[in-house]
Amino acid sequence: MSASDPAIHLDHISRHYSMGDATVRAVDDLSLSVDQNEFLALLGSSGSGKSTLLNLIGGLDRPTSGSIIANGQNIATLSPLDLARYRRNTIGMIFQSFNLLTRMTLEENIELPLRLAEVDRAERPGRVREVLERVRLTHRLGHRPVELSGGEQQRVAIARALVNRPKILLADEPTGNLDSATGETILALLREQSQFGMTIVMVTHERALAEKFADRLAIMVDGKLQSTSAAKGLAQ
Amino acid sequence: MKARDLTDLALRNLREALFRNVLTTLGVAVGVASLVAMLSLGVGLQQLASQRLSQSGLFDTIFVTPKNNFRGMGRPQREVQTDKPPRALDEDARKEISKYPNVIEVYPQVRFFTEVRFNNKPYATVVAGMPESSKNSGSFDGMQGRFFSSATAHEAILQIEFAKELSDKPDSLIGRELTLRYAERQALAANAPTGADAPGAAEPSGGFSVVPKELRLNIVGVVETEPAGGYGGYGNARLLMPLETAATLRAAQVNDLRDIVRDSNANKTTYASLSVRAKSPSQVEALETSIKNLGFNAFSLLDASKSLRTFFSVFDLLLGIFGSLALAVATLGIVNTLVMAILERRREIGVLKALGAADSDVQQLFFVEAGVMGFFGGIFGVLFGWLLGRALTFGTNLYLHRQNLNPIQLSSVPWWLVLSAMAFAVLVSLAAGLYPASRAAKLNPVDALRYE
Repeated sequence: MSASDPAIHLDHISRHYSMGDATVRAVDDLSLSVDQNEFLALLGSSGSGKSTLLNLIGGLDRPTSGSIIANGQNIATLSPLDLARYRRNTIGMIFQSFNLLTRMTLEENIELPLRLAEVDRAERPGRVREVLERVRLTHRLGHRPVELSGGEQQRVAIARALVNRPKILLADEPTGNLDSATGETILALLREQSQFGMTIVMVTHERALAEKFADRLAIMVDGKLQSTSAAKGLAQ
Repeated sequence: MKARDLTDLALRNLREALFRNVLTTLGVAVGVASLVAMLSLGVGLQQLASQRLSQSGLFDTIFVTPKNNFRGMGRPQREVQTDKPPRALDEDARKEISKYPNVIEVYPQVRFFTEVRFNNKPYATVVAGMPESSKNSGSFDGMQGRFFSSATAHEAILQIEFAKELSDKPDSLIGRELTLRYAERQALAANAPTGADAPGAAEPSGGFSVVPKELRLNIVGVVETEPAGGYGGYGNARLLMPLETAATLRAAQVNDLRDIVRDSNANKTTYASLSVRAKSPSQVEALETSIKNLGFNAFSLLDASKSLRTFFSVFDLLLGIFGSLALAVATLGIVNTLVMAILERRREIGVLKALGAADSDVQQLFFVEAGVMGFFGGIFGVLFGWLLGRALTFGTNLYLHRQNLNPIQLSSVPWWLVLSAMAFAVLVSLAAGLYPASRAAKLNPVDALRYE
């Protein structure tokens, strides 16, 4: 993949579900490109297909039709094992409800992707500490998620998403469970990550925050891409 | 995922629902314990039977007779008659057989009818000479009194039934004397060879006269078993005396008349039969063939021993099947526990997949969890099974002690049973984990992440 190629290129992708006799067109013939190191915010009302699109890019779901070129490979045609490798090595994911494993400490939660990627055990503590420094949480290493605030938990989730040094970071409503001040802190943190050569796609309802931190906004309506526009970029 | 990480995660998962997983593991342990207890009982009983039979000398002894022996009234001779006379079972043959490898001892059978006089009353019975080696055969275990003080002692051990004929209180007979009246052979030929003095020897050709004789014997013991049963002789011997003492009596035996009539071995000492003891029952078959090749009849109870082994194999199989039933129920517990774990950890499985876990990683994680439960269930099961066997042995021995009988080792847990039971527990647990593991691996990550 050359420097001018897009990090993600969606070409006429659709994701349709059958619900009884009806067909739900969650994503319908959508085409979109996201440049390398770009921070794209996906906006739209509930049920517009934003999260489905994010799952398709993240390799958690497969399109009914169309192709998804991410990091130079068409993930729509990958085998289940290669798709797992793609999620492991290319993608980092952040969720609205953090999805940390409550019975593990912060360190263990962040180490989990390293275990899956079979990173050498000796290398792991350094990698964990490195990402915790990036989210500024080194002092809570041995704590469990329930002992942290929502904002702190989301920072841990970001650290976990970053620990395998992904090319693409996908965030699904990362500020949905946070107050506005904490939400801003989290988005500022995400914004910082794009400096490390990372493409970010974020689903959000909060247009103001998206305008402030993203490079570009894409608005979805009923599974289709309605418009894309450059953000105001107040934070930059 | 690497094996160590997989095991770490599996152990952590098991620790999270500790109480439920311990109960499931205990279920496996109970199943394995039942299997081990049953099989240890089968193995123990087999060892007990083999040991007793081996000690009895029945399965490591070959009974050798000359081919010209009687076949019985009205029955045809088994062998085809030839011009060459059949080989005599004499001292030469005895020495030749003694030299075979794996032979412990070769001794003649000395049995004869006699009249016993006790308290001036006559009692008819059969006397048998017992070799020194029979002391360790197990037949004399638990006897009242003691074994013969020497191979040439003038002592007698009475079989309990015969002792009851002599007295209402058989144990009171020990230390008292009885008189043996028997028919002694005396050679007629003046130049008869001295070989006639050999134990159990028949007189050389030339004929013999029969002279009534008496011998006083001190009663030293009363035995409940029948150490000289009907096999290899004629009738159950109820009065036992040292073999050498019995042989020096030169009492007339059943083959004496036959040898005189046939006159087949003039000037040679012959035996009615010889008992050949092998080092172990496994060597009996080869030894028996070698003896037959010498030109003698040879017979052992090896076939009965083979039947016994077949019986115990079937017995063990049945015990194993009954023991496995509890383990089969325990596997349902594993399936239930793991299916519950999938429901509880649905979201976690989704997170793992979102972080890059392949279906095989998730599958292996559940497999390892099932295997760990099986492994620990196997360890505790073997331990419980062993304790159960010990308890059964203890209870049985308590009962035997009250009945004034010797203690026995009822159950036995050999190493092969320990390892097999543990391997079986792990295998069965892995098989039980197949369905849950496959179900967990197939979970759709999007659905799993949405699960609350």
